[in-house]
Formats: sequence, C-alpha cells, structure tokens
Amino acid sequence: MKCDKCDNEATVHEMIVKGGVKTERHLCEHCARELGLNPGGATLGQLITKFVVAPQGQPLAPAGKPAPARPTPPTTCRGCGTTFPDFKQTGRVGCSECYTTFEPQLGPLLERAHEGATHHVGKRPTRWEERSARAEADSARRERVDDLRRRLEQAVMAEQYEAAAVLRDELRKIESQGTV
Amino acid sequence: MASEGFIPSYETGTEWLRAGGQASDVVMSSRVRLARNLAGWRFGHKAGHGDRQKVLEICRDRIAAAGLSSVGAQSSSAPSTPPQVMWIDLRESPPIERQLLVERHLISKQHSKGKPLPDLKSGDIETTDPRGVAVALPDERLSIMVNEEDHLRIQAVRGGLALAEAWADADRADDLLESKLDFAYSPRFGYLTCCPTNVGTGVRMSLMLHLPALKLTGSIEKVKRAASDMNLAVRGFYGEGSEAAGDFYQISNQTTLGKSEEAILNDLAGQIIPKIVEYERKERRDLISKRGAALEDQVYRALGLLTHARLLTAEESMQMLSHVRLGVVMGLVSDVDLATVNALMLLTQPAHLQRVMGTDLDQEQRRAARAQLIRRRLLKTT
Repeated sequence: MKCDKCDNEATVHEMIVKGGVKTERHLCEHCARELGLNPGGATLGQLITKFVVAPQGQPLAPAGKPAPARPTPPTTCRGCGTTFPDFKQTGRVGCSECYTTFEPQLGPLLERAHEGATHHVGKRPTRWEERSARAEADSARRERVDDLRRRLEQAVMAEQYEAAAVLRDELRKIESQGTV
Repeated sequence: MASEGFIPSYETGTEWLRAGGQASDVVMSSRVRLARNLAGWRFGHKAGHGDRQKVLEICRDRIAAAGLSSVGAQSSSAPSTPPQVMWIDLRESPPIERQLLVERHLISKQHSKGKPLPDLKSGDIETTDPRGVAVALPDERLSIMVNEEDHLRIQAVRGGLALAEAWADADRADDLLESKLDFAYSPRFGYLTCCPTNVGTGVRMSLMLHLPALKLTGSIEKVKRAASDMNLAVRGFYGEGSEAAGDFYQISNQTTLGKSEEAILNDLAGQIIPKIVEYERKERRDLISKRGAALEDQVYRALGLLTHARLLTAEESMQMLSHVRLGVVMGLVSDVDLATVNALMLLTQPAHLQRVMGTDLDQEQRRAARAQLIRRRLLKTT
C-alpha cells in the first residue's frame, strides 16, 4: 500500500472512528513523523531511552534553581556486577538480583512494554510458595523465642520463679520443634 | 534418559508437521514455550564457563529424573516406540546434526552456535559452550533447551490448532521440573528471565499459520496491523528475523507480565486465531468463486514445476509447496496428500536433505537432490 502523501510504502496506519464515521490514514514513516504521528510504536530500546534514561538526563528544575533532592537509584547490581548502562545496551539483565537492584528503573519500563502491567499474574512455583511459607514460619518462631527469652529474663530478675518455670518450659518446647 | 544415536525418526517423527488436528487446513502447529532460570545462578551471558557447566549438569540430571516421558499422550503414528527423553549435548554434535535440530524447531539458531563466554575468549565456541537439548521421543512434542538465553526453555508443540493441549504439556513439564528445581521468581515480577520482555509468566504461545489466500489478496497487511494493535508478534517460518517463507506466519503473544497463562491462551485460541482462520477460509472461498481458474492454474503450475524441475532452491520449493498445499486442502488436487506436502517442507531443508540422501552435498548438489526428492515423493516413484 502506498503512502497517502508520497510514493513510499505506507507503514503507519491510523484509523479514527468519530460520530460513527471512520477515517483512515496510511503513511510512510517520514510523512507520519511530519504529521506528528508516532510511527511503529516503541521498541524496548526506545522505551529505555524515552522513559528511563531521558528523564534522568534532563534538568529536573529550571536553570538557576537547585534541583530537588531525590534518592539516586543504584546503578550496579551486587549479584552480578551488571550496570544499568549495560542493561540499556544489551536489553538483558545478569541475574535475579538485577530485578531488585534496578526495580525503580525497570518498573516503569516494564509497565510500558507489557500493556501497563505492574505485577505478575498467573502461575507461581509451588516450591517458592513453600519456601516463603517456611521462611515466614521461621521468622515468626524466632520472634516468639526472643519474646519468651526476654520475659524469662525479666521474671528471673523479679524473682517470679513459678512464672519463669512456665516460660522456660514453653521456650524448650518451641526450641525442640526446630532450629531457630 | 537416552543419549545414544540421534533423532531416529527424523523423517516422520515431528509432531508439528503431522497432517490432521483441528483447523489443520490453516493452522500448521501450536507451540508453547516457557522461560525458566535457576534461583541463585547468574543468567547465561553473565556466567563463566564453570557456572554454565554446573547449570547444565544440574538441569540435565533433573530433566532425566523428572519423569518427563509421561508428558502428553503418545502419538498414534509410532505406537510401537516407547516414549523416552533423549539428551543431546550440543558440544558433541556435528554441525549438520545441530542444523537438523534447528530445522525441526527443536533448538534456536543461537543455541546451535553457542555463545561467547566472558572467561573463554578464544577457542571454538560451538564445541566448548556448555549447552544441550532434551527431546521427548517418538513425537518430539516436548523439548527443553538448556543454557540458551535462559537456563531452561521448555517447549511443547502440537499439530493443528491445539494450543490448550500444548499449554497443558508445557505446564505439566514445568511442574515436574519445578518439583526438583528452585526457579528464580519474585512476587512482583513473576518468573525472572534474562530479557525483561519475557518476565512474568515467561510464556510465549505461538501458532504457525498457512495464509496463502490472505497473502495473495493483500489482506495479510490488515491481519498484521490488527495483530500489532493487540500486541502480538508476527514472524516468519523460522521465528525472529525470518521471512514469511511459503506464506507461513507465526503469531505469538508479546505481553508476559500482568496476564495469566489462561488469559493469553483464551485470547489467542479462543478469540484471535479462530478469526484469522475464518478470514483465510473466506478469502479462499472468494478466490475459488471469483478467480477459480487463476487459482487452479497457480496450483497446477506449482505442481508442474515441482514434478519437472531439475534444480530447486529451498525458497522456491517452499513457495511452490505452499501453492500445492493450498490446492490439496481446497480439494483442487486429489492425488497428493497433505502429509506428503508437509513432510517435503521439512525434508527439503539443507540438513534434512543431506540426511535423506545419506551424503554431504554442496549448495549446487542440494538443488539437484531437492528437485529429485520432490519429484520422487510427488510422483510416488522410488
């Protein structure tokens, strides 16, 4: 299909339905740009430049006024040494931890690349769920043990030996259930 | 897990060329790919040789122990062959065998070549980069690439429009592997992948469609635009960067975050693909009623060329086989069956051709051999 404005192949197509009337425009990339259309949508690379890199590269406040202070996101992953410029260049992260390290930068980028999605929906690994449930249980038990030890110490100090014996038995019971 | 020999049933085994299945006049195959990485290990391009070797060993051993041969029902085409999972270490495979795997869609071109490692600058990458593939035999419905871009790429494939079945196979294989491996996962981003375009479900569902009528009438451009608007990718016969050889198009989801596997499946198999199938069928009917003689002429010219040419390139063969395929499914050609046409599409690829002929062939020899093979198969001579 030819461009509406010139003889080039049309690669940008626009359809507007207004008041039940449909109008179509078929343009080449050059003419589309001239008419202010964004041809081709945005690639991942473009998204990185447009939505992540550019805002940081631009002045945050008019010249003469100091830019408001804001935390600088980390630029190097501790897990694998990948830097954010590395990611921008290759489009690939180096390890799982990169997702945590670069979360502030990756979040908006992924949102654009995945139709506005911010969070995973769908299958989860069963073992991960078991692992996190186990970690949560461990953490709860650890807190309970700390609390009992503190109260036991207080009871001994206050010479409340009967209460201390109850706390000691409870502590032994929990400790025998697993390592904390 | 077997490791000796190589694809014993290379001529008939592959599921995706099996004629039959739902909507097989338009849909060649349905494919589901899952990207998975092991927790606690760097992703491929950031890992050294030692780490890649360890990941390979872990994955290979867990794949062997996971009972994957039970995934998917056994193909009726080879009921006497017991299901098994074969492991192929690609470092040890000769180039022609790796090419054979690429042509069968069991590994990517990138996986065939291997990747340069940060700690091994020199040497032959193809024979040193630790990588492999597990293939479920006899029908190759399931395959798992190890150490491609992600540590694991699980692929399930079915002939015709059977995306739900392919997803069920991939999901089951994933469950079996996950019972033995800790996958990299985060509650916010889902399954963590090397490329953030795959993060979330890590799923790519794709359908290989034969759309000669839409191509002929130019309506394919509308389909491409609509697919793009719905955030779907349209690719050629051999995936990313390949041309739409022989009017074959792969349509797949691009969004992997914030959309469940079932939602992606329902969008594609329940909504979008049936519409494209119906569109292609309508264009085929219109062609028959309005330009029947021209269509029949095109089909028979292609058949004439294929049964008489003495030199054929892979590209020309694919295009002519595409015309003949259209003639067969529309009932214009009666003495050629769909399974033969489908098989020829694979067997005329360079590595398969050399395997069928039983000898190494240069490009010019391949053209002659290709023409000979096609003539023999279509004319049913030996």
